[in-house]
Amino acid sequence: MAKVTMNVNGKSRSAEAEGRTLLVDWLREGLRLTGTHVGCDTSQCGACVVHVNGDPVKACSVLAQELDGAEVTTIEGMANADGSLGTVQQAFQDYHGLQCGFCTPGMVMAASALLKENPQPSEAEVRHYLEGNICRCTGYHNIVKAVMAASGQQVEPVAAE
Amino acid sequence: MYDFELVKPKTLREAVAALQAEDAQALGGGQTLLPTMKARLAMAEQFVALSGIDEIKGVCLDDDGRICIGGGTTHATVARECAESYPALASLAGRIGDPAVRNRGTIGGSIANNDPSACYPAGALGSNATIMAEGPNGTREIAADDFFLGMFTTALEEGEIVSEVKFPVPERARYEKFIQPASRFPLVAAFVAKFSDGVRVAITGASSSGVFRWTEAEEALSADWSPDAVKGLTAPDAGEMISDLHGDGAYRAHLVKVMTARAVAAA
Amino acid sequence: MPKDTGIGASPKRREDVRFLTGKGRYTDDINVAGQAHVVFLRSDVAHGRIRGIDTAAAEEMEGVIRIFTAKDFEGVGGIPCGWQITDRQGNPMQEPKHPILAEGKVRHVGDPIAAVVAETRDQARDAAEVIVADIEDLPAVIDMKKAVAEGAPLVHDDLTSNLCYDWGFVEENREAVDRAISGAAHVTTLELVNNRLVANPMEPRVAVGDYAFHDDSSTLYTTSQNPHVIRLLMGAFVLNIPEHKLRVVAPDVGGGFGTKIFHYAEEAFCTFAAKQLQRPVKWTSSRSEAFMSDAHGRDHVTKIELALDADHNFTAVRTETYANMGAYLSTFAPSVPTWLHGTLMAGNYKTPNIYVNVKAVFTNTVPVDAYRGAGRPEATFQLERVIDMAARELGVDPVELRRKNYVTEFPYATPVAVEYDTGDYNATMDKLLSMIDREGFAERRRESEARGKLRGLGINAYIEACGIAPSQLVGQLGARAGLYESATVRVNATGGLVVMTGSHSHGQGHETSFAQVVADMIGINEDQVEIVHGDTANSPMGMGTYGSRSLAVGGSAMVKATEKIIAKAKKIAAHLMEASEGDIELKEGRFTVAGTDKSVAWGDVTLAAYVPHNYPLEEIEPGLEETAFYDPNNFTYPAGAYACEVEVDPETGKVDVLAFAAADDFGNVVNPMIVEGQVHGGLAQGIGQALLENCAYDEEGQLLSASYMDYAMPRAHDLPMFQVDHSCQTPCTHNPLGVKGCGEAGAIGSPPSIVNAVIDALHSGGHDVPHIDMPLTPARVWHAMQGGAANLGSAQPAAGSGNTTHDRSVGAGDTATH
Repeated sequence: MAKVTMNVNGKSRSAEAEGRTLLVDWLREGLRLTGTHVGCDTSQCGACVVHVNGDPVKACSVLAQELDGAEVTTIEGMANADGSLGTVQQAFQDYHGLQCGFCTPGMVMAASALLKENPQPSEAEVRHYLEGNICRCTGYHNIVKAVMAASGQQVEPVAAE
Repeated sequence: MYDFELVKPKTLREAVAALQAEDAQALGGGQTLLPTMKARLAMAEQFVALSGIDEIKGVCLDDDGRICIGGGTTHATVARECAESYPALASLAGRIGDPAVRNRGTIGGSIANNDPSACYPAGALGSNATIMAEGPNGTREIAADDFFLGMFTTALEEGEIVSEVKFPVPERARYEKFIQPASRFPLVAAFVAKFSDGVRVAITGASSSGVFRWTEAEEALSADWSPDAVKGLTAPDAGEMISDLHGDGAYRAHLVKVMTARAVAAA
Repeated sequence: MPKDTGIGASPKRREDVRFLTGKGRYTDDINVAGQAHVVFLRSDVAHGRIRGIDTAAAEEMEGVIRIFTAKDFEGVGGIPCGWQITDRQGNPMQEPKHPILAEGKVRHVGDPIAAVVAETRDQARDAAEVIVADIEDLPAVIDMKKAVAEGAPLVHDDLTSNLCYDWGFVEENREAVDRAISGAAHVTTLELVNNRLVANPMEPRVAVGDYAFHDDSSTLYTTSQNPHVIRLLMGAFVLNIPEHKLRVVAPDVGGGFGTKIFHYAEEAFCTFAAKQLQRPVKWTSSRSEAFMSDAHGRDHVTKIELALDADHNFTAVRTETYANMGAYLSTFAPSVPTWLHGTLMAGNYKTPNIYVNVKAVFTNTVPVDAYRGAGRPEATFQLERVIDMAARELGVDPVELRRKNYVTEFPYATPVAVEYDTGDYNATMDKLLSMIDREGFAERRRESEARGKLRGLGINAYIEACGIAPSQLVGQLGARAGLYESATVRVNATGGLVVMTGSHSHGQGHETSFAQVVADMIGINEDQVEIVHGDTANSPMGMGTYGSRSLAVGGSAMVKATEKIIAKAKKIAAHLMEASEGDIELKEGRFTVAGTDKSVAWGDVTLAAYVPHNYPLEEIEPGLEETAFYDPNNFTYPAGAYACEVEVDPETGKVDVLAFAAADDFGNVVNPMIVEGQVHGGLAQGIGQALLENCAYDEEGQLLSASYMDYAMPRAHDLPMFQVDHSCQTPCTHNPLGVKGCGEAGAIGSPPSIVNAVIDALHSGGHDVPHIDMPLTPARVWHAMQGGAANLGSAQPAAGSGNTTHDRSVGAGDTATH
């Protein structure tokens, strides 16, 4: 066991970790930040994506002890200072980009990373960037729309009739 | 996974020393190793994390004009920093896994693991790269042709770390990958590189012996650098190809031709 | 104009805020103080006799609290099956015991042998690895055809064979069907496999059992689509806990798609062990574990024959299906290939003679049960494929062939025991054609060909039966449960109200859409309505959410309860305004007296109900709370027409879906945004089945697609933007909202569209390929183009002893497909 400290969502947070403790378990069990989810054990599904030092990383495939001192942002840190939904979060709600909500934290974290890298992605670029995030509910249609909308591009409103 | 002690050296020397311990193993970006450990298919008393060693990170040019990539350099960094100097390699790196995986996975880890379906072994073999292995007895230079010894097997000795990979830059090159739709590793991928003194073709994903050079295609392309030169060839022996749920040997052998021709066309 | 509120509007989903901020409360987020963790030791062989289980060393491991094996469950029931099928001879199906932990034998890879409870999950897993299970390997039966052959190894030694049942439907029609087929002008025969799938909700299953000594009560937190059903099955049939001493909570659930309907051994284990150990016990499935313990879906091998007369009228349909049950009968498994499949074999067509034969088979594989669509995708796929094949054989337009045979008059009683209440199949086909520019297809195909690609267009219809269903009917068909739904509407003194529904939302958005309905009926703001579900402690006995039933059945119960509320509120309003009850009207949250300017607000009436100072106490009770149970008198029948365009790369066999259009008739629509989202998700799963997903076993019964490394889930870049339309609406005639259900349509209607399109593309390139089994992977398509079938080293799909469709299929088809 070792004490691991990271700056999580702007606050210094500490919790114990074994050598084998994964970042996702450290967040969920150590800090009780349960917004980051575990959907697989082969680094495929992306439900656990968080930002480490600004870059998206699968929290199920990195050891907590390796990240001692790192800056981590999770879904719990994505809302605006006043508690309102951030731009990407709001677009997911506006465009019905989520159903059961389980993949959503990883999707939002991946989508925000994309928009930082590529502020006006094409539909194909959005789809390609999200290749490491699996959603079983939405068929991705409204996720893609939400990400495009969050980037300020024109998309058709939901339920256009 | 089984518990272990995590060692976090800051220098290559410390890492090499740490790996001398009984039952110690190097941990690169962990994008393959950690899932394997989670499945309890890999274990060690001690893992030596290479992610804190700055001296094996980054991309530079050596005096021979080779692109030198530190073993601890992530795929994302290679994709970004080699985009102009070696676009084919940057494109290979930029298509490994997914964006989150590319932020952790490293070239050294990929090459040392030599997964028969990994991308980097094809890039290294196809580019005629030189692998720098750091061990207790100093640094060894290993030619890619001598490095990849069959699936999950390399010329690395116990306790050695891939500190750097040096890539000669070909006149033209391209990596074409046909993905296995579940894992999105290559089902078959071809790296072709045209140098002034000949063409190299490295194939990954296809063979049960791991990455290999398709010498018939190299000869044909050295004589005639065109997709048609590949189309006239006989596909590799299907019996030596991997056969699984996603494609049998005959299909993979066929794809070797298709991907090689496409790589030449796009190079 | 889109509405802003109420029925027909698309308000933003209220549940989204918690999901988008990481504040959802899924089962794995629940930790009960003092909880221990369980890890199951699972069989790594498909079939074996347990000679001994040595737990001695494991029990000494750090953190281990107790290790359970089958002997700890003597006196505890097996996991029950909720549906009994009667076979062609009138005998009940063979129904083996399904123990919580394997007794005597292991019967599939993943069958739990022992359960280790320890302080931490890692400690439990460490100890599980130390258990020595002495298992004598037995030959496994994987292939259904071999499983029912003479002398096959028995999955269950106490059964007479591996045949669960041999079902004929409708048995009285059989000879007429045979005659119609032998006398037909044309018969098209197709043998096919409906591939085994894994539902794969993104949230793996979790169970937390808790026991309270002070009142001798048990609580189970579980990832379920129907907590009341779990309470009933587990309490009454497995653990013998009366329902009033058992609470089941299914909080936020991360997708279900059918596989979270069923009662699983892990739920019973955690509840049982918590009482034994006087400690909460938690189980969290890994994804790898999910692949070998969640019930799988589909896995049918079918031969279908379609007979036509000289004018191309369909005269008969005959099908023979082998349906894989796996090693044990999961909760609703027997109903899927029978009542959820056979009753849909008329499709959208007025075929007069239909006979369906289904042989359900035990194999050494994970149990198979309902997965999104459940039986109806299997029916739709074979019918819509064989019709396309017939059109090609006869050289007629596949759309016109369908139209010629469409049912056009309603109600329509099919020869397979159901009555379609309403529909307009030509309307959805017309709508579809208006969406896809069929005339421009030839030009688009030329454009693809110029790029070296083959382009295909696939069009089909579908119908399904959902809103399951009338209890008395399903009771006659073998269901051991009723299938009504319930709702309690509890109005508070200040006018806000809570609806406690027996339906369960695991992504469907009931908290939003159900509130729209009630708010609309009363004329109050939606934020005055709270929807509560998922906890047996606070909602009336409900049957849960599956079979696209929530709005049609659960929504109807809610409407009925709200109607009772309104009726009572009118009585109170009449008293307050000294008017006759018959003159009271409720509009926009105000009660008025017809022909006067008198009015009282909704809130005045609700306050009076709870502060009954001026109140007709001699006539009615105080308070304003009503419960209704709704049991429909028929299924609902959503239907539609789907089309897709694909491009095939002839060099690699890779199929790209370029466009997909869906025109659905769901009857009335409460929330168009949510309905469209449901269709998108269904389409993705149907396209996944058609192109990507395959749960495969090898001949020894090892699961080959045991993780996301080998089971191909659809990703964003595998799919196009969808065109969906639900403007064709023939409201359901027998439920108060006129709604039909939309959750499964996409998964039911889309697989044949894809396969029809790929076959069309291949024909355009001169490849006379009549059929390719799903999933149409690049390797399979490429091999089909070379005139063969792929050897993919697996015993799957399903019955797979051979490498061709013909070999894999059953019976001696007279028109082999390869």
